Amino acid sequence: MAGVLVALLVLPLAASLSSWWARPALTRALTLVSGVATFALALALVPSTGVTAAFGGWLRADSLSIVFLLAVAFLYAATAVFSLGYVRQGEETPEARRYTRRFFAGLNLFAWAMVAAPLMGSLALLWVAIEVTTVVSALLVAIDDTDGAVEAAWKYVLIASMGLGIALLATLVMYYAGTSALGSSNELFYAKLLGAAHGFSPEVVRLSFGLAVLGFGTKMGLVPVHTWLPDAHSEAPTPVSALLSGALLTVSFYAILRFYEVSVRAVGPAFPRDVLLVFGLASLGLAALYLADQRDLKRLLAYSSVEHMGILAIGMSFSAPVAVVGVLLHVLAHAAGKSTAFFGAGSVVRKFGTKELHRVRGVVSALPWSGPMLLLAVLALSAMPPFGLFRSEFLIVEGGLSSQATALSAVLVVLVTVAFLGLSWHASEAMLTPMPEGTVRGETSAWMVGAMVVGMIALVVLGVHPPSQLSELITHAAGELGGAR
Amino acid sequence: MHVFATLVAAPSTVTDGAETVAVLVLLSQYAMFRAGLSRSQVRLYAFQSLSVSALALIVAATRHIGELYVLAGLSLLLKVILVPSVIMRVLKEVRGDLAGSHRFGVATMVLCAIVLSVFGVFVVEGMPIHSKSLPLPALALAAAVVLVAFLLVIVRSDVVSQAVGFFSLENGVSVASLVLAAGLPFIAEVAFLFDLLVAVVVFGLLMRVHHGRAATLSTRHLERLRG
Repeated sequence: MAGVLVALLVLPLAASLSSWWARPALTRALTLVSGVATFALALALVPSTGVTAAFGGWLRADSLSIVFLLAVAFLYAATAVFSLGYVRQGEETPEARRYTRRFFAGLNLFAWAMVAAPLMGSLALLWVAIEVTTVVSALLVAIDDTDGAVEAAWKYVLIASMGLGIALLATLVMYYAGTSALGSSNELFYAKLLGAAHGFSPEVVRLSFGLAVLGFGTKMGLVPVHTWLPDAHSEAPTPVSALLSGALLTVSFYAILRFYEVSVRAVGPAFPRDVLLVFGLASLGLAALYLADQRDLKRLLAYSSVEHMGILAIGMSFSAPVAVVGVLLHVLAHAAGKSTAFFGAGSVVRKFGTKELHRVRGVVSALPWSGPMLLLAVLALSAMPPFGLFRSEFLIVEGGLSSQATALSAVLVVLVTVAFLGLSWHASEAMLTPMPEGTVRGETSAWMVGAMVVGMIALVVLGVHPPSQLSELITHAAGELGGAR
Repeated sequence: MHVFATLVAAPSTVTDGAETVAVLVLLSQYAMFRAGLSRSQVRLYAFQSLSVSALALIVAATRHIGELYVLAGLSLLLKVILVPSVIMRVLKEVRGDLAGSHRFGVATMVLCAIVLSVFGVFVVEGMPIHSKSLPLPALALAAAVVLVAFLLVIVRSDVVSQAVGFFSLENGVSVASLVLAAGLPFIAEVAFLFDLLVAVVVFGLLMRVHHGRAATLSTRHLERLRG
């Protein structure tokens, strides 16, 4: 299995490097092959519930990292399919060829960094991988070279980099916490940190965890350090928005979970859970209110991402194991649901030439496939059955109730309902109204529809009957996260 | 207040030397507030980075960590020569050397910076980090540099100052790294530096793109998007 880890790192990087030199048609094919093969390799890791390591532990996959790897790899494959339709073919001008090369090279490199992050065996290299995702994705946000894209990219790279500066401090403080038990030249390997965490100074670990939530939380989009997120998601090309929302935010959440694991063992579960609860409630509450006041389709979906990151943080604050299972299932379901919704938004933008909600009407009629699927994706994001997000949020609330956090569970349900109202109000206005006169009914690309179909299938499978091996993996990963002293 | 005692005491040992260098890092951070021209800020950043490289040498000598000598050399190459060169090149290409991008008066900003520094020092003093081998005041000063770097990014409204603010934050983290994690494996330290290099290239690219669209280095008009 160590070979699979190496292949996972080599494939997207090779696709990215080839994209700089290959002809546009070959670049597209390479991206598709790389995306699908990466997802297949990630699936191959699902049956293994043990630890797979390579290069002396610097490369490592356990159940928790495989869950996040699956989310990233699925999105990479789906986005590769969608991008074939999104980046128009047939325009053979030098500018179009340059755009295609840059776009696919950047997309593959971005995916590579996100695939690499969960495979790092050390907190230090995890930070490096996440910083690489920032700089690469900032260029992708700016790639359309509009005023809005450049402004969003600048704010994103600056705010996210400053946040990651704090996250680096958190990593160094965790290193210092580990020196008492592991000596002054430890590699910050998770396995070693987890084994020795009981002997760490509680105060130093608390400081490290607080800094980690603040630093990585900036990239995860937790309120109040989320301000880059709606701008970057709305101004980036749609495939990039899908990757940012479904994969990048959760990779940052993965980094927080690695600190959480160590902190729970060093200081007990109360402090890490309280910190996550505060950030989670702020994120869910603010996003629920902001969703009602959005006039831009992609910003609407961006605030929905803030809402779901809040749900993840709140879910981790509940002590019951079933809530942690719900959180990990939520990571996968959110990746499928949000990518499908963003893909639908991409089709809407192509069809109507705008993302302003008041100018978009009759989506379900105008886009016979994408329209209904976008509507279903929005319902899925609102935790409607039979989709995966219903199952995951149900598990989280069940976990809250069984941890005696009844009031918090009620608050969670109320805020999710408020978010649902905002999301569904805007969505129904744009989608179920009559189509404007003169609009030609039809899809813009079969590839774009295909990517949405894949996302819908994943949403239904996760909601109705998740594969048994996946359920075992998630349960195992939840067990890894739940260890308290 | 051990830190303030250190600030006024003459450096009698190598550890005091480390603390003195950390003071230089913080003072150069203050000077960035005063610097009106972008080029002056870049030069101050180069000086600050030189101080960090010197600190790496001091820690290497006191704690007998051979790898830190290499790291000091790499840090010198990257942060004292390469990063300033990249930014200077961007400035030369866009023929810009912005003056007066302060949102507030210099005196107000320096006062705020002092308040933040004191806050940072008090916070670190209150932390349960006790070690005879570690120059704790240097860590307190690193925290102050990080906080003041945040302030610089907030109160200056041009892309060069904001980028330099981020790079100087990284210098503050480097000081903390030398104090807290001098034994961190070389591979991780080199990865951090490589990462900084990539970030510099991307910041440089975005600065150029920003200037290409807006014909200015100022960020005052970047207010269409409000989070």
